[in-house]
Amino acid sequence: MAETTAGVRDLGNIHDDYMALTRQKRLYSFILLVIFIALMVAGFSVAGGRNAGSFWGGLDNFFDYPAELVIEASGKLSELPSHFVTFFPALVETVNIAGAATLLGALAAIFLSLLSTRGMARFPTLIPVFRRIMDISRAIPEIVVALVLIFILGGGPVPAMIAIAIHTAGALGKLFSEVNENADLKPLDGLASVGATWGQKMTLGIIPQVAPNWLSYALLRFEINVRASAILGFVGAGGLGYELKNAISWGQGRYDEAAAIFLLLFITIVIIDQTSSHYRDCLTHGSKSERR
Amino acid sequence: MAMLDTADLKGSADRVMMRKRLVSFGLPALVLAYLTYVFFAFGVPELMQKASGTNAQALMSDTYSHKVHVTRDNRNGAVRVAIEGENKGAYPDGEAPDWVALGAETVIDLGDGHIITYLPDNNGVTYDVPGYGLMTFGVSRSQGVIQSYPTDVLPEWINASKNRVAVTTDAGRLSVTRNRTEVFRYFLGWELFFFTLDSPYHGMGLGELINRALSGEAGAITSDFWDNKMWRHGDVAWAIFETILMAFLGTMGAAIVALPLAFLAARNFAPLVVVRMATRRLFDFIRGVDALIWTIILSRAFGLGPLTGALAILITDTGTFGKLFSEALENVDRKQIEGVQSTGAKPIQRYRFGVLPQITPVLISQILYFLESNTRSATVIGAITGGGIGLLLTQAIITQKDWEEVSYYIMLIIVMVVFMDWLSGLLRRKLIKGNEAGH
Repeated sequence: MAETTAGVRDLGNIHDDYMALTRQKRLYSFILLVIFIALMVAGFSVAGGRNAGSFWGGLDNFFDYPAELVIEASGKLSELPSHFVTFFPALVETVNIAGAATLLGALAAIFLSLLSTRGMARFPTLIPVFRRIMDISRAIPEIVVALVLIFILGGGPVPAMIAIAIHTAGALGKLFSEVNENADLKPLDGLASVGATWGQKMTLGIIPQVAPNWLSYALLRFEINVRASAILGFVGAGGLGYELKNAISWGQGRYDEAAAIFLLLFITIVIIDQTSSHYRDCLTHGSKSERR
Repeated sequence: MAMLDTADLKGSADRVMMRKRLVSFGLPALVLAYLTYVFFAFGVPELMQKASGTNAQALMSDTYSHKVHVTRDNRNGAVRVAIEGENKGAYPDGEAPDWVALGAETVIDLGDGHIITYLPDNNGVTYDVPGYGLMTFGVSRSQGVIQSYPTDVLPEWINASKNRVAVTTDAGRLSVTRNRTEVFRYFLGWELFFFTLDSPYHGMGLGELINRALSGEAGAITSDFWDNKMWRHGDVAWAIFETILMAFLGTMGAAIVALPLAFLAARNFAPLVVVRMATRRLFDFIRGVDALIWTIILSRAFGLGPLTGALAILITDTGTFGKLFSEALENVDRKQIEGVQSTGAKPIQRYRFGVLPQITPVLISQILYFLESNTRSATVIGAITGGGIGLLLTQAIITQKDWEEVSYYIMLIIVMVVFMDWLSGLLRRKLIKGNEAGH
């Protein structure tokens, strides 16, 4: 009898403790929420204060520019196809910048990732060095390299390509080495036992295991790089971005060109996104069924 | 029968091997062919010829050294000494560093026996190069630069024409034109980084600075450093803050907007197919339009500045977050929601306690990844919309002479990105681990 009442009292205590803890947790969450909201509001007002136009004023004419574009472009609808033809080479250049940069970056990333994964590295003592190389090339924003190279090499697609390739090498290198860490190392032992060199061990033992995942990451990177190459064009690195900058600086009366470029860029990005996500699905799906 | 089977098997195995061989040789060949095409499509050979070695050299040498200009205006004879030749770095009239002796004759000692003298009459200059001899130049309105050298054949470090002479030695550089005579001397390091010449604290040792700061001049010292006209530390710090602010507002704002929309796009939460499809197409559209186009449209509406940059990131990432969040929502475990429902929870409570805890780890980890990568995007977008460190960087590059500032900004940007990378990794580990322990 006495034991059961003690049990009840304990339960009551536990309940009170629990409620106190919950209240405390709620209070903390509430304080965090208030701080977060205050940060957002303060941040927006600081950013708004430094802006040339105000937020609410801008919100009113948010659709002005797109509307002008659409109206003017629809008035000159017949000229759109010829604009598409004019700007097609620039589009090809933008996609080429992204393609070449992804390829070069991925090639560099393959070596960097193999050299910085434990168990595969050619020079195990140098693993931290290769990791830092990847970290730094990942940290440098593309625009920094692009602007410096534009100064040295002059404007054009090459500075943008190199800039994107450097960043890609770092970003893909990190993802690739994460894939490598999950690879089975036993084939390496087998190959080593028959006297394979490092290159043979990697190409025959590791790459068949990791290639689908690598390819999938590289495709995703290609999507990102197409966007990056359009943006870099805007700061003077050629391609569609450069044409866009010229077209919008012509101002009113030439909006049809800007609209054509907007459309071209939009369609390209959507097509590339859809194609690449389809193939990425196939790749990851295929590798899953193989594993089973 | 068995013989036939093995032959069949061998045949099919051969075909598989053949295909593999084709792929393993064909793929590299394809890549190589594409790169060759790009090599010529981008005009790399011509580019190599156009590439400006002097620009690269100027950039390299400016990153680790600075130069002091001693300039004489040949029309009125006034001599001015200025660091990097800028007004902001000019010595006050009548003052000069100890290697320049001002007077009727200005004697500039470049070290290692290299002596340049500005003569008072006829705008003359002499340059004594050890091991070569004394060169004399005069300037006249009608004849251009009158030159005399100790040897008949000029060495290649002298670049002379009728109106202009440039002598480049290891000790420095002398250039004479009709309008001005100028000497550059190079020094290691960045000058005036802490205080400009007009500040009383210029050239003071660290010990004395601390002493002065302790005796009540801390405010003056900080403001002299902060308002340094050459390096503008205050502006730079503000620009970095602005860049991080753009990334923060854009990422968090996008997450806040995308979360409710993601429910509409998730198969298990949106009962109406029409709504689901419409929301998904909206996300696809937003992502397809791309940050560049959004940035242009927004800068038309909101003007240039950091708010525009923040909104551009916000809109672009709303599309990406919406897609990622709705995928996370589709993977939510129904049992937990039913459990909460069985206790009589209202719909809001069901979402709060049944759904949100399940997707929080994914949410937080994605948001933090994007915060880091948006710091980089904010640098680029800032260069277009005119805000933050990206703007300072493009401005410094456009002037084409402040390369020490360019390299300083590049270093700051890298430090900033590495810091955000570190911070987001740290928060991710802390927050997600804490959440896993809590549930």
